[in-house]
Amino acid sequence: MVELTLPRNSVIGKGKTYSAPAGAKNVKTFRVYRWSPEDGKNPVVDSYELDLDTIGPMVLDAIIHIKNDVDPTLTFRRSCREGICGSCAMNIDGENTLACLKPIKDIKGDVRIYPLPHMPVVKDLVPNLEGAYAQLRSIEPWMKSDSAPPPDAERKQSIEERAKLDGMWECILCFCCTTSCPSYWWNGDRYLGPAVLLAAYRWIADSRDEHTGDRLDELEDTFKLYACRTIMNCTQTCPKGLNPAKAIGKIKELQIERKA
Amino acid sequence: MNAPLSHVEVMRSQLGRARGLGAGGSGVGHWWAERVSAASLLPLSTWFIVQMFRLGGADHKDVVSWGGKPINATMLTALIITTFYHAQLGLQVIVDDYVHGKAHLPTRILVKIGTSLIGLLGVFAVIKLVATASSRKS
Repeated sequence: MVELTLPRNSVIGKGKTYSAPAGAKNVKTFRVYRWSPEDGKNPVVDSYELDLDTIGPMVLDAIIHIKNDVDPTLTFRRSCREGICGSCAMNIDGENTLACLKPIKDIKGDVRIYPLPHMPVVKDLVPNLEGAYAQLRSIEPWMKSDSAPPPDAERKQSIEERAKLDGMWECILCFCCTTSCPSYWWNGDRYLGPAVLLAAYRWIADSRDEHTGDRLDELEDTFKLYACRTIMNCTQTCPKGLNPAKAIGKIKELQIERKA
Repeated sequence: MNAPLSHVEVMRSQLGRARGLGAGGSGVGHWWAERVSAASLLPLSTWFIVQMFRLGGADHKDVVSWGGKPINATMLTALIITTFYHAQLGLQVIVDDYVHGKAHLPTRILVKIGTSLIGLLGVFAVIKLVATASSRKS
């Protein structure tokens, strides 16, 4: 049944406070989730008071500053710092987003930073996404075609056929959407989640792919696809402005169309 | 609570877990029926509310003769069946979301039996209404 309270070893305690440097004028507090698998302790929230005049504009700039200059034990993923790698996905100010695309000035009050919700935590802000990656692999996100490609050229698409992939190829698989979805929280072992379903529809909608029916067969399941309750947290939270809820709706439309 | 295990319990690969038992091949019918029954309930419920306002203050005799008319009895039966069918589909969604493990299947069956029985009770009440009305006429 539903667990209404956190397990005892997940209850979050109060952590350390790192005061702002002397003479800082533009101070903001960053409250960051900390947990290490090594010390056997419960997670805590550490407070870092930073001088905004000395750091860059984005939340990622702030946490890189913390790691470099304040507390080198802070652990997080980051790579491209321009919203194309998806590494720095985390829960900032109560919403899943990319730290590198989130301006600090958009946040009122303290900046609360947690790992992506409802995934196992590896350490601090690093979630374990192995399950979600395996679900992506399970929908076989590559072109499957039985016709031989032209010997001296690529497979062709009309302008209209290509346009169908817009709004889907841009997905960077940060899993902000999947980890914001209550259906995924309750049934993440069976429900594929919005990111994977968007990827599935990207191949269903691709005119060059010849296994559309097999793909629909693989999704025809009470949980894999139909655990989606159209809550639409996915679309609201997507840091790239994509619409996974619409892609899921399209898959459901096609499931009806092939039965009618 | 059980004592902590001294070994790793699940070593199956993530891909094996993600593929699980494969696609069940169902869900489309349930999803579609949920929507069609919801849409059908709009006119049926509107009809029922209007009729209840028209019958406001009527005594037992008037209600029996109203319910004895074939159109009213048909509409009432359709409303009752659609309502409880829709309730069954909707409750199943809640069970799928919140009941996990071994309790899942029995709870699903309980929902099916419960809503079917209450729906049947409603249908039987309409039959009784029609029977009473026709016995009064003769």
